[in-house]
Amino acid sequence: MSAIDQLFTELKQQGRKALMPFVTAGDPDVDFTAAVIRELAARGATMCEVGIPYSDPIADGPVIQASYTRALEKHVRLADILAMLGATTRAISMPVVTMVSYAIVYRHGLEKYVREAKAAGVAGAIVPDLLVEEAGPLSDICRREDFSLIQLVTPTTPRERALRIAESSTGFLYYVSVTGITGERQALPAEVTENVGWLRSQTELPICIGFGISQPEHVRMLSPVADGVIVGSAFVRRMATAAERPRDEVLAEIGSFATSLLETLDHRAN
Amino acid sequence: MGGLPSPPLPTTSYAPNGIVKMTDPVLHATKQVPDAAGRFGDFGGRYVPETLTRALDELAAEYEKAKHDPAFQEELDDLLKNYVGRPSPLYHARRLSEECGGAQIWLKREDLNHTGAHKINNTLGQTLLTQRMGKQRVIAETGAGQHGVATATACARFGLPCVVYMGSEDIRRQAPNVFSMKLLGAEVRPVDTGSRTLRDAINEAMRDWMSSVETTHYIIGSVVGPHPFPMIVRDFQAVIGNESRVQMMARVGRLPDCVVACVGGGSNAAGMFYPFVEDRDVALLGVEAGGLGAAPGQHASPLSFGDPGVLHGSYSYVMQDEDGQTCDVHSMSAGLDYPGVGPEHSFWKATGRVAYTNCQDDDAMRGFDALARNEGILPALESSHAVAKAMEFAAKRPKEDIVLVCLSGRGDKDASEIARLKAADEK
Repeated sequence: MSAIDQLFTELKQQGRKALMPFVTAGDPDVDFTAAVIRELAARGATMCEVGIPYSDPIADGPVIQASYTRALEKHVRLADILAMLGATTRAISMPVVTMVSYAIVYRHGLEKYVREAKAAGVAGAIVPDLLVEEAGPLSDICRREDFSLIQLVTPTTPRERALRIAESSTGFLYYVSVTGITGERQALPAEVTENVGWLRSQTELPICIGFGISQPEHVRMLSPVADGVIVGSAFVRRMATAAERPRDEVLAEIGSFATSLLETLDHRAN
Repeated sequence: MGGLPSPPLPTTSYAPNGIVKMTDPVLHATKQVPDAAGRFGDFGGRYVPETLTRALDELAAEYEKAKHDPAFQEELDDLLKNYVGRPSPLYHARRLSEECGGAQIWLKREDLNHTGAHKINNTLGQTLLTQRMGKQRVIAETGAGQHGVATATACARFGLPCVVYMGSEDIRRQAPNVFSMKLLGAEVRPVDTGSRTLRDAINEAMRDWMSSVETTHYIIGSVVGPHPFPMIVRDFQAVIGNESRVQMMARVGRLPDCVVACVGGGSNAAGMFYPFVEDRDVALLGVEAGGLGAAPGQHASPLSFGDPGVLHGSYSYVMQDEDGQTCDVHSMSAGLDYPGVGPEHSFWKATGRVAYTNCQDDDAMRGFDALARNEGILPALESSHAVAKAMEFAAKRPKEDIVLVCLSGRGDKDASEIARLKAADEK
């Protein structure tokens, strides 16, 4: 049982939902990323998704893309990120997963990536460009290492295929709320609740919803059907100001944004 | 002539002396790619976000249907003949051959196609597929602008709205093609991220497609990207090699000894080489952009200097750093200025069926000059790389040998960039 499996078992018993903020590693440096992760843990965020910067992220909108570019311009290396995570995860109980392109995992070596991430206290990976057809080799290693390989279902995924993905996914199932790239949106498609409701009836796996979620209203809309929500660009946009503002101020802002989302989640759950 | 290579597999092929011989089983196997998962040996596949899977499956299914639909074949053949001007001529470049003092150099004149390059072969085919799938909008990426112009042209011909993504560096160096695209009614969207070249244009087009996939078809311009694109683009471009075979047999009664083509993503080369894969005695030579030299960042030659990895939806040779980040590359030619290459080329490299080399900027420029002054043909900078290496190869071979070059595009688009590069050289 991975840390994520344990987490969802506990949340279920307590009738609570998960909030998973996304943070870009190394924007503007790994020390700040570590401070954000600690702040999120202190505020009670349930999990944290750490984005490994990639040069060609085709699923990401302008906010996350720009954060990756900034981090890579400062030459952040995978080894630096894993070292930072190793030091950070030791002091917190909040599980951390990495969002990482298959280009990076493949280049690093599948087995080596999983072992090193696990040694750094990372509980799993989301590999946004790895389809269920191609996931076999990585999936086998992840199962052996008890490292969650969280897979994605989207609005364009046919239902039969969604079941296949749910069978292959571990930790939780990532439901992508929109047909599109990451980034804040004013409104989310109405069919999200129906699609997730259907998935919920088909699988025991926890389901978290991500893409486009940036406001407490979105959380209010999704928390009845989901086991958790993932909020990315809205956090990354706030983090982006850390290069030119006092870091404490930025951390406090990120923290209170997390708190506002958590209050909405818990309010709904109660 | 034209259109898709016919699905029934040939059990015989022309030997160089024109005698029909049994096909070599190994070479025959080399031609039976990709498999159902889009694999060319180890290469290819599909590494994209889940959002795109359904559209890629639909495209593969529609293509399969179209391939076996005589009406589709007929319409494409008619367009290639009466709209593009196919078959493109096969030209014996006698003065260029004499200049080299060796083998005969022959040119497959894709530069004489409507819109000035081989790209139109693919865009017409994919536009027909767009219509069959009932999609109402087209997007494309472009480097040199030839694929952008060919897509804008096909969309104008069929009344489809068209958006072309183009790196701002490429917009600068290929300005004539930008004007053409706009005149043809396409919207050209500049891409300012990364190196502001072809690779970034592909990223932006993919991102557009992530949101528009239900109503839009993405016409990829090369044999790159997730399955089924590398296969579809190769098949639409195979008209180049298929015509060349027939023309060679008609003109000289045998196949060439060597076939040369430039390789960026690799579509003209794939289309030229594929029909020759089973001809054991025909050497195939792919020419990558050697840029300024072999140092990292100075060239765009992943097959020469890179490693297998994942980029833009497929597993193939790529220029990456140790972390898997795509490296910046360089070529004076916008169409070859790309860190990746089509997966079938990686397969051909691995099997040894095609030899790959690279040609530096200044050598390619000499190839350009030689063709311009000896034959009165201004080749595209991309094609100049193939011309230069073909001249080098021909110089070492006897007069009876035939070197066939895919002259993939014409150089009008490059005139002002060449003037600028030459002026910079003189300083």
